[in-house]
Amino acid sequence: MEDRSILELREMAKEYKYDFKDPYLYKEIFEKGLDEDKVIKISKIKGEPEWMTEFRVRAYRIFISKPMPTWGNTELLSQINFDDIHYYVKPQDDHKTSWEEVPEYIKKTFERLGIPEAERKFLAGVTAQYESEVVYHSVREDLAKQGVIFTDMDTGLKEHPELVRKYFGTVIPPEDNKFAALNSAVWSGGSFVYVPPNVKVSIPLQAYFRINAKNMGQFERTLIIADEGSEVTYIEGCTAPVYSSHSLHSAVVEIIALPNSKVQYITIQNWSRDVFNLVTKRAVAHKNAKVGWIDANIGSLLTMKYPSIYLIGENATGEIISVAFAKTGQHQDAGSKIVLAAPRTSATVTSKSISIGSGRASYRGLVKVYKEAVDSKVNVQCDALLLDPESRTDTYPVIEVHQPKAAITHEATVSKISEQQLYYLMSRGLSPEEAKTLIVHGFIESFIKELPMEYAVEMNRLIALEMEGSVG
Amino acid sequence: MLKIDNLIVKVKSMNKQILNGVNLEVNKGEIHCIMGKNGSGKSTLGHVIMGNPDYEIIDGEIYFNNELINEIPTNERAIKGIYLAFQNPIEIPGVTLANFFRYTTKKFYPDNIPYPKIRKQIIELLNKFGIPEDTMRRYLNEGFSGGERKRIEAMQLLVYKPKLAILDEIDSGLDIDGLKSVVKYIVEYVQNNPDTSIIFITHYSRLLQYLTPDKVHVMINGKIVLTGDKSLAKEIDEKGYSWLESSMAVEN
Repeated sequence: MEDRSILELREMAKEYKYDFKDPYLYKEIFEKGLDEDKVIKISKIKGEPEWMTEFRVRAYRIFISKPMPTWGNTELLSQINFDDIHYYVKPQDDHKTSWEEVPEYIKKTFERLGIPEAERKFLAGVTAQYESEVVYHSVREDLAKQGVIFTDMDTGLKEHPELVRKYFGTVIPPEDNKFAALNSAVWSGGSFVYVPPNVKVSIPLQAYFRINAKNMGQFERTLIIADEGSEVTYIEGCTAPVYSSHSLHSAVVEIIALPNSKVQYITIQNWSRDVFNLVTKRAVAHKNAKVGWIDANIGSLLTMKYPSIYLIGENATGEIISVAFAKTGQHQDAGSKIVLAAPRTSATVTSKSISIGSGRASYRGLVKVYKEAVDSKVNVQCDALLLDPESRTDTYPVIEVHQPKAAITHEATVSKISEQQLYYLMSRGLSPEEAKTLIVHGFIESFIKELPMEYAVEMNRLIALEMEGSVG
Repeated sequence: MLKIDNLIVKVKSMNKQILNGVNLEVNKGEIHCIMGKNGSGKSTLGHVIMGNPDYEIIDGEIYFNNELINEIPTNERAIKGIYLAFQNPIEIPGVTLANFFRYTTKKFYPDNIPYPKIRKQIIELLNKFGIPEDTMRRYLNEGFSGGERKRIEAMQLLVYKPKLAILDEIDSGLDIDGLKSVVKYIVEYVQNNPDTSIIFITHYSRLLQYLTPDKVHVMINGKIVLTGDKSLAKEIDEKGYSWLESSMAVEN
């Protein structure tokens, strides 16, 4: 823990290292814009069962009938031009299970991103998605033998139709919100994970999402089912090159944590600064299940993401730990949603945000306690750190309690880096920038502690990157 | 090493003049002691030498190794070899002592010394100053006792090896045994590193039971009013500061 270095990593962090573009080599690229025919065409290309085609069409109709959200950063949201987006981009080759088979240019991209290097080191399995389609995928043999399914969503639908049909869209139906409806209509790629009863996957499964094309929409769809008594950790990372026009990333992630299971979902989102990141993530926790969302939002132009946990079984517990970095020009509108619907359920939410320059970080949270949730408890802690006078933070908590025997706490703090802290660290030789980086590192220490080692190192590197040139 | 000419300083946050023309010269290898009551300006002097941005120099000069440092930022002063052990060290939440040292030692140790080696030295020094090793995992100054803070502030002198170290009220918060050993290690260090100069800032003379400074200065109302040797401290111990104040009143 204590030997993690930031300083030695910052040398590597001089620029947004993911800002490289591959030449356009695509097998299939849809014209910009969306209509019902295109939705059906996606389903046809993928050779999907009829029920999925119908699901998509229904979702598309919901998408067009739903207005844009009237809350959040409506000004930025209004800049999304749904007619100026490619909804489906298929890379040249179908997905591979052997790294050698992946086309050279994509391989090079992922090698630059550290995949499959990361896999070799410690991961149980990797899925890499390039544009709309998964291009590489592997899962460790010993896990496959135990019945663990870790594949891309399209393959999941083909090979495990009953399982997918039983759970797909049950946690987040298309009706949930406009962007969930859009995803349901045009989804492509994403991961499908099933962990059989009592199987404990001790090392993380990883997915990597990459947008390369300009004006691209990426709509991956992930479904994780942890059967009774099982355990699994899933990690996703996301990057894109920098373009002057916007790309849209609108994912849906559904988690079903069956009784006594344990699921942890880790995100390190580092989209380039032109990506709209509008994601719906929700988990259902059954009896005695434990669900954790560990969520870092660093990149994107606008993120609107509120990982949710519905605690529907007795004694289920949930934890949401999030960090948001908002630099000048960025708005991180992140938060959480906790719904307690069974006795003795409990949840904690820890949200940390850092606003730099004129960056804006918002916490939007809902805690809802149904009358069934006797002796339940929720603790929400939101801490905001403002680095500059023009930095901004807002907190929008909503608490709805229908059970008097529930203990709910909500605490929010806003702090600035004090002159005295800076001075003290500078008196030990640190430059103002290094001092601020160290203070920020300390501010999110409780988050970093939750990450596996490799990711903690990556996270430290990203912090150093964010802080680069942030001292005016 | 250090030369201060007619230094006039005000605290920005209180808009109040604290130093009213301080003159001080500290040569290589000397140990000085600045004594004074609370509010006499002695801590301010330490912070101004370190470059605390809350203090504004209205007039006067500070020279360090013949270089005017009035405008030089704090971190550069540190790297030039000035160290201040804070009277009230600042808490940095979430930053472990280990991480803190990992950052700061980079500034003072050559690149070719691997960090584990530096870390080993730090742990030895912590032990020497009576701080258990697992303190490395605690957050900087958060929940530290007064004694722990002082020991760690003093111990850092031996980590960064400055040319000039100012120790601000290192004696408050430490019990007699603690003070005795802390001062002993610092004096030992100066004996082994004869180019190092030290300024002890203190209210009480008990510190002087464990060392013999080259010079003792007394500060009153933002001025050094009297300079002498160890016997001056003794006199203050017996008579308090009031006799000096009254003699000053006569002078004025």
